[in-house]
Amino acid sequence: MAGAFNWFSQIASITAVNLRSLPQRKGSSVTAVFGIAGVVAVMVSVLSIAQGILQTMDNSASADNVVVLRSGANTEMMSGLVGDDTRIIAEGPGLARNAAGAIASAELFVIINLLKKATGTDANVPLRGVESAAFEVRDKFNIIEGRMFEWGLNEVIVGVGAKMEFEGLELGSTIPVAQEEWPVVGIFEAGGGLSETEIWVDAAVLQPAYRRGNSYQSVIAKLESPESFEQFKDALTSDPRLNVKAMRESEYYESQSAMLYNTITGIGTFIAVIMGFGAIFGALNTMYTAVSSRAREIATLRALGFHSGPVIISIMAESLLLALAGGVLGAVAAWWVFDGFRAATLNMTSFSQVAFAFDVSLSLLTRGILFAMVIGFIGGLFPAVRAARQPVASALREL
Amino acid sequence: MTQTVQTLVSISNVDKIFKRGSEEIHVLGGLDLEIPQAEFLALMGPSGSGKSTLLNLIGGLDRPSQGSVAVGGERIDELSDRRLAAWRARHVGLVFQFYNLMPMLSAQKNVELPLLLTHLSRSERKKRAAIALEIVGLSHRTDHFPRTLSGGEQQRVGIARAIVTDPTLLLCDEPTGDLDRKSGDEILSLLQALNQEQGKTIVMVTHDIHAAARASRTLYLNKGQLSTEAEE
Ligand SMILES: Nc1ncnc2c1ncn2[C@@H]1O[C@H](COP(=O)(O)OP(=O)(O)OP(=O)(O)O)[C@@H](O)[C@H]1O
Ligand SMILES: [Mg+2]
Repeated sequence: MAGAFNWFSQIASITAVNLRSLPQRKGSSVTAVFGIAGVVAVMVSVLSIAQGILQTMDNSASADNVVVLRSGANTEMMSGLVGDDTRIIAEGPGLARNAAGAIASAELFVIINLLKKATGTDANVPLRGVESAAFEVRDKFNIIEGRMFEWGLNEVIVGVGAKMEFEGLELGSTIPVAQEEWPVVGIFEAGGGLSETEIWVDAAVLQPAYRRGNSYQSVIAKLESPESFEQFKDALTSDPRLNVKAMRESEYYESQSAMLYNTITGIGTFIAVIMGFGAIFGALNTMYTAVSSRAREIATLRALGFHSGPVIISIMAESLLLALAGGVLGAVAAWWVFDGFRAATLNMTSFSQVAFAFDVSLSLLTRGILFAMVIGFIGGLFPAVRAARQPVASALREL
Repeated sequence: MTQTVQTLVSISNVDKIFKRGSEEIHVLGGLDLEIPQAEFLALMGPSGSGKSTLLNLIGGLDRPSQGSVAVGGERIDELSDRRLAAWRARHVGLVFQFYNLMPMLSAQKNVELPLLLTHLSRSERKKRAAIALEIVGLSHRTDHFPRTLSGGEQQRVGIARAIVTDPTLLLCDEPTGDLDRKSGDEILSLLQALNQEQGKTIVMVTHDIHAAARASRTLYLNKGQLSTEAEE
């Protein structure tokens, strides 16, 4: 009796016969391939936005950094700390120290309006007042153009992301801050982190400009080691003079981006599923056409004694192959067009702009191609089963 | 030594009813037929009388609604679909009115197709296909594709494909129905030779009285029954 080898060779030969007739079905096959490619391209691009945002948040966070806000505040925007608070926080146990004392930067944060280059519309851009420890807390900080601002002067430095995204942030230009014009004296990078989307200035200069007195919004500090977080946190929360909460920087950024990430992923998946249904009908149509145009051949093969199993599998193989072609095409297109493409979106919690790069990762490409295969599988299954189920005698009559 | 003629096909009391919606079409009713080994039988009858249906039952392409179909002593109406397919591959050669060749395969590859269902090696398959093509007189056309062959030549490829597995039974449904007189005659001579020289049992459906004359026996199908006389 026929063994496994026989089955395999039947599948291989029927598939070969089918594929050789592909050129006769060019039109509908090409349509299916491009339909699937479109779905995969859109899905991968949309999900790469979410991936890119996650990547930016990840680049921003350092394992041994801690963010302190007023308890009850979920964002820097909502937080407020007075000068005394920040001093007590800097004295907390478990912080890394240098000659100047604990590495802790008390910071404040205002929003200014600038034009977005891409759309020419107003956008909220964060202007952050920092202390000297800020540059030690963010160890990937690096001036790449111009110079550092002078402490005590109305000078700002601009993150590369912000410079790329918004009008008027080139070296030598000025920005409007509280009815004054402050010069841009330097451009900095920060390891692809969120800071690159901001503008920085001396905190002591920013406070009077916005009549903030001696108040701040957050303290960002470096721990001796990631393990000393609990000790630091416990000391702060049990201190009766303070009413604050401490979070690891990674936790903080995660909470900031979770909503945005989930929204974009949700929308991306939704669009992909809707388009996926369309592509499934396209693939179904293609395969029904393919099967009916080969009805005579399929019926003849079965009359000659070929099993319906190999017939089904060979039709599926063709459908999956078309889907694979579409999936790879779409994924490569998305990768080629969007990987590293910089964009900005509104961070929904701080209502300021977050610049990020689309991140078309390998796992996203794989997911896109897998999705294409699912489309191809469903698109091939029904025509294949129908072709194989029809009684041989009636299949032969219909020719 | 006397040679006893064995019965190859034995059909008894077969009914075949097709359902088309709620309507039932009684095509064959209480039909009996014995075909001895090495016979060349012609089946005639009006269009729609059930000739193809009967041929399909003999070849295991369809099952009777009632009654039994035995070939070589085996009750093929009782086989599962899978085993029936394997049985067809081993014992039956089919020749179609419109040849049913694979348009994207060469003559040689078309003839090799049924051998893919055997355990023969690639080189053995090639050899047997070449022999089959030689028998039908097409050795010089092995690499041609069906569309570059004449109708008569295509039907020869069809016959080569039918005999390549060396089946006992050749079933031909109007094998000359699509051919001119001359090509048709050549095909009939070929079938006759296969019957007389190689002892193939052949059942041939035809509308052509000249074609039927080449067979060793002619039966007429009418109103679901077989008879030796054409009805007026
Ligand atoms: N699978 C089927 N489903 C429904 N009806 C069928 C089926 N196969 C055959 N029939 C019907 O059975 C009858 C006999 O058909 P069959 O093809 O056997 O006739 P035939 O004698 O071969 O005719 P022809 O000379 O035109 O080829 C016809 O009425 C046909 O419509
Ligand atoms: Mg017929």
